[in-house]
Amino acid sequence: MSVVEGRAWTFGDEINTDVMAPGIYFKEPMEVAARHCLEAVDPEFAVNVQPGDIVIGGKNFGVGSAREQAAMAFRELKVGVLLAESFARIFYRNALNLGVPALMFPEAAEITAGDILKVDPVGGLVENVSHGKQYQLEPIPAHLMAMIRAGGLMQHLKTRIKTKD
Amino acid sequence: MPKTLVQKIIARAAGRESVVPGEIVTAQVDLAMILDSGGPRKIWPRLKELDVGVWDPSKIVVVADHFVPPADPLSAAILKLTREFVAEYQIEHFYDMEGICHVLLPERGHLQPGMFCCGGDSHSTNAGAYGCYMAGFGAIEMAGVLVTGEIWLGVPETIRVNWQGAFSSGVVAKDIMLKLARELGMDNAFKTIEYGGDTIATMPMTERVVLTNMAAELGAETALIEPDEITLDAMRAAGRPPAADALSWRSDEGADYSQVHEFDAAQLVPQVAAPHKPSNSGPVPDFEAENIQIDQAYIGACVGAKISDLHMVAEVLKQRQVASGTRLLVAPASKRVMAEAAADGTLATITAAGGSILPTGCGACAALGAGILAEDEVCISSTNRNFQGRMGANSSRVYLGSPYTVAASAVAGKIVDPREFLQ
Repeated sequence: MSVVEGRAWTFGDEINTDVMAPGIYFKEPMEVAARHCLEAVDPEFAVNVQPGDIVIGGKNFGVGSAREQAAMAFRELKVGVLLAESFARIFYRNALNLGVPALMFPEAAEITAGDILKVDPVGGLVENVSHGKQYQLEPIPAHLMAMIRAGGLMQHLKTRIKTKD
Repeated sequence: MPKTLVQKIIARAAGRESVVPGEIVTAQVDLAMILDSGGPRKIWPRLKELDVGVWDPSKIVVVADHFVPPADPLSAAILKLTREFVAEYQIEHFYDMEGICHVLLPERGHLQPGMFCCGGDSHSTNAGAYGCYMAGFGAIEMAGVLVTGEIWLGVPETIRVNWQGAFSSGVVAKDIMLKLARELGMDNAFKTIEYGGDTIATMPMTERVVLTNMAAELGAETALIEPDEITLDAMRAAGRPPAADALSWRSDEGADYSQVHEFDAAQLVPQVAAPHKPSNSGPVPDFEAENIQIDQAYIGACVGAKISDLHMVAEVLKQRQVASGTRLLVAPASKRVMAEAAADGTLATITAAGGSILPTGCGACAALGAGILAEDEVCISSTNRNFQGRMGANSSRVYLGSPYTVAASAVAGKIVDPREFLQ
């Protein structure tokens, strides 16, 4: 997981899974569903987000459903990293399992939409390039780092199955 | 050291003498439930990629409930694939259009106090009413469970929520949860809610599961209720004899709760949650004063279309008519619920009042089946979630209430206090 640099897209508290992956697009392939990611709260996001851009959430980011499409939409859109004051439990697990880095960022509210951020997801370092400010975040928990370093849960399982053979 | 119930279950499943909150452990899974929506269609390609089978077909429950009955070719294809998966891996327990997964687990006798279960749906917390640990996980993680039979978790702290006293007429478990979403908030990740108190001790299982089901709306890891004779009777009725140790699955005296909350059920009035979140709730008289006209009243989902919910609806609708300009849609939560409601006259009361009966399934609750809302439409629903766009168009507005409140509002054509209908 390398250092990411991109524009910040900011969202408020309790952004839920249903606006990340609306049920009416559930049956569609991921590339179709991802085009509707967050459209209910920001119609510009899915249209204009660029690979490596950074999504900033408030409290309880990803509250709601177990649908992995919510986290997968960000992977599909090639978002570099998710930073939020706090994450909902299932969303957080899904994101890390799918190889989408997600870090707790208590000062998320200090970021303005469009700020250029540089994030090292492994070390937990956030630099707001636009405002010349740095933040040290709690790194991703150690027990998850092996899985994340492997590239997500699928790669981790492959290694595990191979070792058992 | 005294332990809470969730600590005991996790310790047992992790093969440990004891566990403490915050510890990371690996637990052996007793039951894994997957669904048509996030199940085979998401998991099968991964099993193929890994080139492995499932760890134990006897411990896996597959339920087709989200895209049933299929109303378009994509849904039909998903259901076909679900059936093929069940055949390929010789899954022992498959429920095809039999009802909603969370309702089926207890109805078909899958739950036993002390079990450690994982489900591919956020409302899997529902099973905690039977003294089990059950939490929701995404499809990728359920794929991992199906392959390994294991899951990692951080041992959650336990919040004890006590309700004492008797409800006044027209107040039910759903009103508790809409109030708790406001009082405790929706950000209780990695915490377990344990419900107790004499209000809950006298509650039937169909009401207790509302409390554990909607722990998902509190953002909790899971929720539990200590088993008692009511639990065991429900298990026997479902053909699942309780294990000898069933009643021993309870928190120890003096167990360490991170928070304890006390509420008085006698003071509770019917609650409604306004768009677009369950915590946006308040007493129904406040909403009645706002004169909120409704296009649709929906009785459905795992939380709000059990037999007891349909009985509440019929109690309100008896000798009354759904308001002109308002539609009442009722999707019973399982085939058995449907049959029971047909046999005891409940469905006849609902249809005589002008209500429409829909097939059993998750349906409009997640905008997957019949009852989807158009732009700017307003709905009052017995379901558990009212996020923006959840039941259809982004500009539609969903209010949550108890089955009593939904039925009364259907008759009035606007959100009203159900207590006036229960004299």
